[in-house]
Amino acid sequence: MSAASAASILHSRADVLARLRASGRARLPLPELAGLPESVAVSLPTFADNLVRMGGNFVDGTGEADLDALVARLHPPARVIASAAREVRGTRVVVRGSAPGSLDDVDVGVVRAACGVVETGSVLLTDQELVVNALAFLSQHLVVLLDPAALLSDLHALYRRGVFLSAPYAVLLSGPSATADIEGVLVRGAQGVRSLTVIACPVLAAKC
Amino acid sequence: MKRIDHAEAASRFIAAKDHIAFHDQRLWDLRTKRDRAVAEVPEWETLRSLASAIKEHTLTHLADYLEEFERNARANGTHVHWARDAAEHNQIVLDILTARRVRTLVKSKSMLTDECELSPFLARRGIEVVETDLGERIQQLDEEPPSHIVVPAVHKLRGDVAQVFARTLGTDPGNTDVAYLAESQRRDTRPYYLRAEAGLTGANFAVAETGAVVVCTNEGNADLSVNVPPLHIASVGIEKIVPRIEHLGVFVRLLSRSALGSPITQMTSHFRAARPGAAMHIVLVDNGRSARLAMEDFWRSLKCIRCGACLNTCPVYRRSGGLSYGATYSGPIGVIIDPTFNLRKYSTLPFASTLNGSCTHVCPVKINIHEQIYRWRQVINERNQLPLVKKEAMRMAGKVLASPRMYSAAVAAARAGLEYLPRTMIYNPLNAWGRQREVPRPARETFREWYRRRRSGAARKKEGAR
Repeated sequence: MSAASAASILHSRADVLARLRASGRARLPLPELAGLPESVAVSLPTFADNLVRMGGNFVDGTGEADLDALVARLHPPARVIASAAREVRGTRVVVRGSAPGSLDDVDVGVVRAACGVVETGSVLLTDQELVVNALAFLSQHLVVLLDPAALLSDLHALYRRGVFLSAPYAVLLSGPSATADIEGVLVRGAQGVRSLTVIACPVLAAKC
Repeated sequence: MKRIDHAEAASRFIAAKDHIAFHDQRLWDLRTKRDRAVAEVPEWETLRSLASAIKEHTLTHLADYLEEFERNARANGTHVHWARDAAEHNQIVLDILTARRVRTLVKSKSMLTDECELSPFLARRGIEVVETDLGERIQQLDEEPPSHIVVPAVHKLRGDVAQVFARTLGTDPGNTDVAYLAESQRRDTRPYYLRAEAGLTGANFAVAETGAVVVCTNEGNADLSVNVPPLHIASVGIEKIVPRIEHLGVFVRLLSRSALGSPITQMTSHFRAARPGAAMHIVLVDNGRSARLAMEDFWRSLKCIRCGACLNTCPVYRRSGGLSYGATYSGPIGVIIDPTFNLRKYSTLPFASTLNGSCTHVCPVKINIHEQIYRWRQVINERNQLPLVKKEAMRMAGKVLASPRMYSAAVAAARAGLEYLPRTMIYNPLNAWGRQREVPRPARETFREWYRRRRSGAARKKEGAR
């Protein structure tokens, strides 16, 4: 870049802000959100219904002693099961700091959700749970463990959570990757995971 | 600059009968899905009002919020850049890529980068740009711009996609199975994520409170573009700011219900800071937005969250196709935004509307779209940008419509004409209403005649009852 254009870009910030301030718009007030009703009650069956509607699968794993066996049963042909959840060993433990590309061969990724949202059947995953963020996207299939006690009613409840102030990365996953870009025909597994299975199971203190 | 001839471009789209029928039906299907999703949310109108008010507040405090956003983003370790226009935006992106010796860039969907024509700019400088959204990739491989804000290749049928992929990706040209085509793109794109030195996304929202950008996708391609390569660039229009995290709840609940009729997109991704060892850059882009904010009649178009609902519901858009608008933004929202970029070039677009108001009715942030379209027509007339034929026709129509007697006479003449004139008199190049359509059969009587008849009948009945 020429020196002249570098200097001009330096002035851009001041210029844009000045133009906005000179726009002459009267300042309008910010509305309160306090009056919004809770759109749906916290309920595991409703969460499951909404998840299925988004193309996800739901499995009630409460009381399941061996989650590893359950994951293997859900994905019989899987060779590489990479787990970021303490409750599942898989065939490989996801190690913090490993290169995202090292997950290229993963058949099934396993992770515990930070919380779930009933309204949309979504699970929230942050960099904390994912260990390597790409786990939720490079894996062919994803299994998410969800504590029923971590269910929230709707998106308003979700966005009141402090996690968005602190997490460098947070993704709200609502079913698997999907596209309808060709003639509106729904195809699951467009780019990211081909399937998403949520297993409802409490966090087991004994395993910690 | 040459004026876009929307009607002429649309006539080419209309000529392909299968395409136009499918296009119309597919987009109407999205509109009906939207209606069903909306019906499930009793507080929908409250959400719309809130969204509109939050946007209007933010836009009237935009400089303050941008400064807050920048401060918080910098505190997260993010590099923040400012671009006055498309040229500065493209140069900034190029400089970031050059400094990191990037040769391949994976890119998720972004209307702003289309607006700035970033991809051809980078390609000319030897950087390989790979669109990763399926619809965008189809359009990129076919060397055509996207035709819809949300579903970029909606004007193509599966056979068209099969041909594009056969030509560019080496797929079987005879196989038009949609799952096969999508899988072929998945397999072709995957190595790029692993190889690319950088990923670029747009932003649906930028949160001033946290300095985070939020991206809503269904394919997961934005998350792959950010979470695999070591460098993330987000191109963000300055109007994308929302003040606080809590406001995301309002907008995310509205966005996908309005766009596709689903309660939410498959992924709603919040990028607040780069992961350890990676870098994040945000380019804040004006490109005409501050000028639009100063336009009394048109600034509210900046509230747009790019859901595409106004396109799906628009009878003109559904029957003319997005490419006929010759602009990055098509459909009703395009009609009111495009003239702010170039009044002369886009002066025919505000006439690509029936003014039925359906766009305004479905808009999740309550933009008065049809009123702005009407206002643009006035502006275009005031600035002498109307083609002569239209100007004369409007002048005559104005005279006729202003006089009840002339109007009655004109209606009678038109009815007689449609009834008795030979076809060549009606379906000829001089009569735009006879192009690409059958003129409807004239009604047996006009409303006025019907009303008079009823009234005199009612009066007689009343008389009789007395």
